[in-house]
Amino acid sequence: MPDVPGPPEETVTFVLDGREVTARKGEMIISAAERAGTYIPRFCHHPRMKPVGMCRMCLVEVSGPRGATLQPSCYMSVADGMEVVTASDKVKKAQDGVLELLLVNHPLDCPVCDKGGECPLQDQTLAYGPGESRFVEEKRHFEKPIALSELVLLDRERCIQCARCTRFAAEVAGEALIDFAGRGERVEVATFPDRPFSSYFSGNTVQICPVGALTATPYRFTARPWDLDQVESTCTTCAVGCRVAVQSSANRITRLLGVDADPVNQSWLCDKGRYAYEAVNGDEVAATPDAPDAPDGRVTQPLVRRGGELVPAGWGEALRAAADGLRAARSAGGPGAVALLGGAQSTNEGAYVWAKLMKGVLGTDSVDAQLGDGLPADLVLGLPQATIDEACHARAVLLLTGDLREELPVLFLRLRRAAVDRTTTLLEVGPVPTALTPHAAVSLTVRPGDTAAAVRALLGGGSAEAHPHPAGPTVDDADLARARRLLADGLPDGAVDGTGVVVVLGRPSVAEHESVVADAARALAQALPGARFLLALRRGNVRGALELGLAPGVLPGRVGLEAGRAWFSAAWGAVPDAAGRDAAGILSALAGGEGVRALVALGADVAGDYPDRGLAARALEAADFVVDITGHRTSTTDHADVVLPVAVAHERAGTTTNVEGRVSRLSQKLVPPGEAWPDWMIAAELAAELGGDLGLTSDTEIWSEVERLAPAFAGCTARLLDAAATRDGVVVPVDLAAVPSHPVHPIDPMGTPGIESAERQGAPPRVGQSAPPPSEGPVALGDGTASGGDAVPGTGRPAAGAGIDPAATGVAAVHVGPADSYSLRLVARRRLYDAGAAVTHSPSLRPLVPAAEAHCNPHDLDALATASGEPVRLRSARGTVELAGRADDGVPRGVVVVDANVPAGAGTLHDLIDAAGAVTEVRMESVR
Amino acid sequence: MTVTEAPRIVTSRVGYEDSYTIDRYLATGGYEGLRKALSMTPEAVAAEVDAASLLGRGGAGFPAGRKWSMLRKDPVTYLVVNGDESEPATFKDHLLVERDPHQLVEGVVIAAYALQVTRAFVFLRGEFALGLERVQRALNEAYAHGAVGADIFGSGFSVDLVVHPGAGAYICGEETALLESLEGKRGFPRIKPPYFPAAIGLYGQPTVVNNVETMSNLPWIVVNGGAAFAALGAGRSAGTRLFALSGHVNRPGTYEVEMVKTTFRDLVMAPVYGAGVRDGREVKAFIPGGVSAPWFGPDQLDLPLGQDEVGQAGSMLGSGAITVMDSSTCMVRAAWRITRFFARESCGQCTPCREGSGWLERVMRRIEHGQGREEDLDLLLDVSDNITPGLQWPPQQTTICVLGPSIPSSIHSAIEMFRDEFLLHVKEGGCPHA
Repeated sequence: MPDVPGPPEETVTFVLDGREVTARKGEMIISAAERAGTYIPRFCHHPRMKPVGMCRMCLVEVSGPRGATLQPSCYMSVADGMEVVTASDKVKKAQDGVLELLLVNHPLDCPVCDKGGECPLQDQTLAYGPGESRFVEEKRHFEKPIALSELVLLDRERCIQCARCTRFAAEVAGEALIDFAGRGERVEVATFPDRPFSSYFSGNTVQICPVGALTATPYRFTARPWDLDQVESTCTTCAVGCRVAVQSSANRITRLLGVDADPVNQSWLCDKGRYAYEAVNGDEVAATPDAPDAPDGRVTQPLVRRGGELVPAGWGEALRAAADGLRAARSAGGPGAVALLGGAQSTNEGAYVWAKLMKGVLGTDSVDAQLGDGLPADLVLGLPQATIDEACHARAVLLLTGDLREELPVLFLRLRRAAVDRTTTLLEVGPVPTALTPHAAVSLTVRPGDTAAAVRALLGGGSAEAHPHPAGPTVDDADLARARRLLADGLPDGAVDGTGVVVVLGRPSVAEHESVVADAARALAQALPGARFLLALRRGNVRGALELGLAPGVLPGRVGLEAGRAWFSAAWGAVPDAAGRDAAGILSALAGGEGVRALVALGADVAGDYPDRGLAARALEAADFVVDITGHRTSTTDHADVVLPVAVAHERAGTTTNVEGRVSRLSQKLVPPGEAWPDWMIAAELAAELGGDLGLTSDTEIWSEVERLAPAFAGCTARLLDAAATRDGVVVPVDLAAVPSHPVHPIDPMGTPGIESAERQGAPPRVGQSAPPPSEGPVALGDGTASGGDAVPGTGRPAAGAGIDPAATGVAAVHVGPADSYSLRLVARRRLYDAGAAVTHSPSLRPLVPAAEAHCNPHDLDALATASGEPVRLRSARGTVELAGRADDGVPRGVVVVDANVPAGAGTLHDLIDAAGAVTEVRMESVR
Repeated sequence: MTVTEAPRIVTSRVGYEDSYTIDRYLATGGYEGLRKALSMTPEAVAAEVDAASLLGRGGAGFPAGRKWSMLRKDPVTYLVVNGDESEPATFKDHLLVERDPHQLVEGVVIAAYALQVTRAFVFLRGEFALGLERVQRALNEAYAHGAVGADIFGSGFSVDLVVHPGAGAYICGEETALLESLEGKRGFPRIKPPYFPAAIGLYGQPTVVNNVETMSNLPWIVVNGGAAFAALGAGRSAGTRLFALSGHVNRPGTYEVEMVKTTFRDLVMAPVYGAGVRDGREVKAFIPGGVSAPWFGPDQLDLPLGQDEVGQAGSMLGSGAITVMDSSTCMVRAAWRITRFFARESCGQCTPCREGSGWLERVMRRIEHGQGREEDLDLLLDVSDNITPGLQWPPQQTTICVLGPSIPSSIHSAIEMFRDEFLLHVKEGGCPHA
């Protein structure tokens, strides 16, 4: 962020059009003027990227040693005493001249251009330049359009060479896959030969293109911007929680645009988040209207199994069937015989109501929003938390997670930028290189199972590897020493308490038992009491689901079952007698017929997503009763007795919680298709069917109950979430001192989505919100005496965090044995484009799913006399998959890396994984 | 006709067939300047150059000594030699790199010593095939001779030189575009500020960028002293200078003449230089300093060849390229051809130059080919004004680099001086000279 200097703020005073203006030192004239209310026209300037001064639209007169000269205001920083004139005849002539020149070779094909109606070039042509061009010659011509990638098309004739897209690719995404080619007026944006613009972030270039040169294939020719209606919401494709403008027409999403939320996405989105709305639209359904529940489309009406077949049913019948099935299981096996998996796709409100139904009404604690790919809830909720901003400015960031570019793409962008700008130092511990490895000061390569040992060695003792591979250890002692120094760097000798360190904690591999990472995390929390943690859990609202009680042993608002028993028993009437099972426990119990009989799958494809696919399949087979609450048919649907259609993203209002614990608004843009309901409504109606009354009839009612009952959400009122100052969300527990008190305003008027803002270049409004109009000015937060989350004396409300102990509880460490020379340890790496519903049901994204390959050290492949690219067979105790072997120098000896949840030969990697084992050992054989 | 007695400073060896070899070089006093320089302190060498009042020979005419003094103190600094001579009618450095490459190498090492730079780059125009070969060969010979590399002549001073061929873009003669190109990037001029590479240059480090001819003067200056150089010429324009004389003269070529003491008329008419206009015609106009420069008419032939003198008269000596156009020349066509060059060589980075050069070229082509309109003259001047506000000298600019204001120079001059000829093209529907 070259243009947004942080505190401490030094100021300078300069003269802007005759009046004195105070600005931040180092601020560019264009930004300082804008904050002072003077808009200077621009095209190439983007406040989130370095200036280039190319378009020359922002020329203003600046006093200097040689008198007043025309200078690009995007490139010149303010200085004390500087005189800036933005409206003289000379400035006006220069700006008019530049505008006319920009149109010399522009095709003016606005009537057929997607950008028409929201085009900065169109808008500024109204305000600047002659009414009619004096250019009478032939314009340049190019073939149009050309594909830069599967998702981005380029009309070169429309390009005004502002370098926004090329700068984004190089500077923000770190992938300089597009650049200028040619000279003079033949300059064009081009890819390198045989290297398409295959980037997870390519859609951002379309959004920031100031003309219609770059268009996205999913949106191209589908709408005119003035026909679109929009709301501001939060993307829940992953757990970063990027703020988005959701645009729709005729009850279909047409486009998502990134909104500049400073603490979160800073205007960027990943392509999965941007285009996965296709799955919401259920485009395949539209393609075959006579098959509304075709396997590829949305589930739009309740289904019940009759005679072995799922057949359409009314809601009443389906809810009765669901209630009967759950009641029967409970009567046969007690409350614990009913279990729930999922909830990460729910809103906070949905998660709360389901927690209340399961724990308060049905009395079971066997609920888990994580599908064996997360971390114990005690850790997630109990470790001291860090925000993304804190990570980006931490003394050191310790990455103990999977490849963030694949799992939480915009968090990757933020951390990459922080490393490049040297606002933090990255240390990495993991089994294989990631997209952040080139930016890390030290990367410690550890084999699966050795993560905790390596972390202990880093903290000052022991060997990094319990059982080194026969080929030698993977962790270099010098690297270890360097990492140790960096963790302690800047602190007085001996004070290595981790102050200023942020640990980004996730799951480097789902084939490594969660207890291994949990063990490492506990060691870190113990040795570095000053460190904070950013929990890199991947699924949409998984954090919110855990916060609101969809995990065993916890109750809503970050409270342990026992600590919250009195409070929630009073509020709900009852809570479970004892802690229940997590996902692994639920599935094992189902499969073994040991206590769990019925399963509710809440927006979760248990059969497809659980890492140990064999266990999941056996569990679903053995279950007496399965309710699948889903937006799309999945492999779990095949096992369901009752299928209930649920409203998905953009079809329901409420709130969501991101990786930081930041709560932000979700807005409803669409009416759910067919008979789909929001999931809280399903829970409420199911409760009624079961003879309970949850007393909740709207998402606003639910939220006020959450705010009142759930300690971590205390003070996080609807009024606070709807205030203009906090539209980027509020981290819970609410810290009054940290809540911004003044309205944030978009920092790139030209780039902020919305037709209205594009028309009013000067001072665009916030895009509309579904909730009541935001109140401007400081936000009043009740009595203002206590921050949210504190225990309230006399009421019995426990404090947030009560009964949550990350150090004492959790899964016992699983023993990791020595490896022999023949077996390889499996790393199951997650990819952004996977076989999940969001990608599978998005026609634009589905072709981008890679085929899994077995990446291994060239030595290990040589040992099989197999060339890179030839097929190999991986065999574990669980199963076998065949896929291409790939030699990869970045993979240590004795490790094989496979992309999880993408097609691997006839199966998926999940066929190999044993959830109970600490690591998954595989043999690799050549296939001849 | 004045032909002064000034010594030939940079062209003393061009008469020899083997002027480019180290044998000839050593036989004619080669590397004596370097030996002398190494016996002095670096500051003393720089002081001699400062005393010489050696104006940069690349085009802007910035005093070399002052440029050196601006080099920011830093453990890592660079010296870059600009040999990307690519402007039409400019070919004076061409002669130096082909005919006296050792003189260039010696000059670079002297400069490196004075600046205490240990890495120097010679960026030569890629089309200088023979020049590149000869400079590279000279460099190899100089390394073998101990004049470049580690511990030069036992002095303890070391510098490495790298010869880098350009990739064919005129814009890389602009010093910041050159630095970008040298860094392996696209040749886009850097935006100012920072104004001087001496503060932030190659790889972000302080860098001195000097022209080939500037460097080639150094051996003589060190041997003979700055004062001897300053005694030649007059005022700020000291010493001799190379001029590439082209166009309608009987003896086009590269001539070394004493500055100020010689006039344009001397250079065009003297038998040892241009030897008069071809076929005895009159001079219709001439370009005094390369195609970026505003034109002069025959009444300015008696101006002395001095930087300030020419600057005050509204143009520049620029790259030392003087092009004479005789009475048979179509001024519309001449200006169009120059405009076409700039349109083709605009790097395309900033709008006024990228779009303006193409637009101006199209209008000029239209007029030359008979499709002109009277109002096109105002249009040409107004579009020019949007690139160079005020159309004044020295020029202002709306562009990132000075290629922008170079574009309108010839158009503006041609319309100012030969408006009737433009109108004749419009009226007759074609070129009257065709």
